[in-house]
Amino acid sequence: MSRESGIGNRDSGNGSADGWVAGAKPATATSGVVENPFFEYLLRLADDRLVLGHRLSEWCGHAPILEEDIALANIALDLIGQASLLLKLAGEVEGKGRSEDALAYFRDAIEFRNAQLVELPNGDFAVTIVRQFLFDAWDVLVLERLTTASKQTLAGIAAKALKEAKYHLRHTAEWVRMLGDGTVESHARAQRALDDLWPYTAELFLSDAIDAEAVGSGSGVDVESLRPRWRQTVDQVMAEATLNVPKDGFAPRGGRTGRHTEHLGRMLSDMQSLARAHPGAAW
Amino acid sequence: MVTVADSRREEILAWLEEVKDPEVPVLSIRELGVLRDVEVSGDEVVVVMTPTYSGCPAMHAMEADVVATLARHGVPNARVKTVYAPPWTTDWISDEAKAKLAAYGIAPPARVESDDLVPLRRRAPVECPYCHSVNTIVRSEFGSTACKAILFCNGCHQPFELFKSI
Repeated sequence: MSRESGIGNRDSGNGSADGWVAGAKPATATSGVVENPFFEYLLRLADDRLVLGHRLSEWCGHAPILEEDIALANIALDLIGQASLLLKLAGEVEGKGRSEDALAYFRDAIEFRNAQLVELPNGDFAVTIVRQFLFDAWDVLVLERLTTASKQTLAGIAAKALKEAKYHLRHTAEWVRMLGDGTVESHARAQRALDDLWPYTAELFLSDAIDAEAVGSGSGVDVESLRPRWRQTVDQVMAEATLNVPKDGFAPRGGRTGRHTEHLGRMLSDMQSLARAHPGAAW
Repeated sequence: MVTVADSRREEILAWLEEVKDPEVPVLSIRELGVLRDVEVSGDEVVVVMTPTYSGCPAMHAMEADVVATLARHGVPNARVKTVYAPPWTTDWISDEAKAKLAAYGIAPPARVESDDLVPLRRRAPVECPYCHSVNTIVRSEFGSTACKAILFCNGCHQPFELFKSI
């Protein structure tokens, strides 16, 4: 951890270009063959939410004020709920009898398909809020498109999640404004968080053959096309927050094919420990 | 023409009025809008439900209550089917049910006016369920459950909860 914001270590997780070359066959860190592309696609949607939801839940009992403690726990609950619905659907699509719990608790880091942005440590409150805002602004656009997915269960989950995501975005946008246009200290921390997180947002807009297949079947989102609208929201809120949007440059990637930063494994060792110590246990 | 299945369905819907939201025990699951339908075919009873929020932990309790309540009324094999579309909205809560919420001390949800991303703090004033003052402020956009926010009344100096409009 070289920086106070707690992100640091920019060398980790910069995966190779496998699977990201236009026209190339999708490959993952676990195998060169993708048997079921739509299952993979659903994991990408679900794992962003599961991992970010767990990160937010780490704030429970630690947030700077009680109201925000409750807010972060509520947003975590929504994201984990969405992940649960999506993983259940993924399990059905896979057709190997894996439940949402099996997929959440009995896959290793290399089998996770979330973007690296969501697995980074929480850092300080500014890092958590800025990351959440950057994600929410993207998430609303993704879910909007998925409400017309040809797979009806996915469209239904997206319509429900979209209402929640809009509420999250309004809340986090408000906080970005307050932190950026707040005190000298809160401004500096928010700007540092934005600078550190910015490179990791690039991965949200990358697509490969798995995305293309989902888009082709009418149940996926062309994420690259969302970027202008996302930038519009981000630029507007950052201007109001008196924060400078960094230049694009260094862009780590690989999360979507199972190449993660060192942080995901540590997070999972905490998140999965109970389920693995007592497999099959029920409340 | 009223068929046997129709009257059976009405009977089951009446029994399900006993099932309340565990977090808001003045509303039945029908009044809340979570109970969508009951499908009867022969001996098979399927209760169709939709969640309020994706991660609402009370859903499991409500589903278990539905099955237990029907078993008590001699329907041993009822099954719950969860649907996500159309997505749940607080606009499904009737005026009568909203009055029950206010009497219980929870400010009822306003009608969902727009789906746009209006900043949260610029919404219409909320009336205090205790003293009816509109001199109230939002303390927290999120509350003790996924469906509520926390407000404070400057009139009677009392905190209260608001059912969020979604």
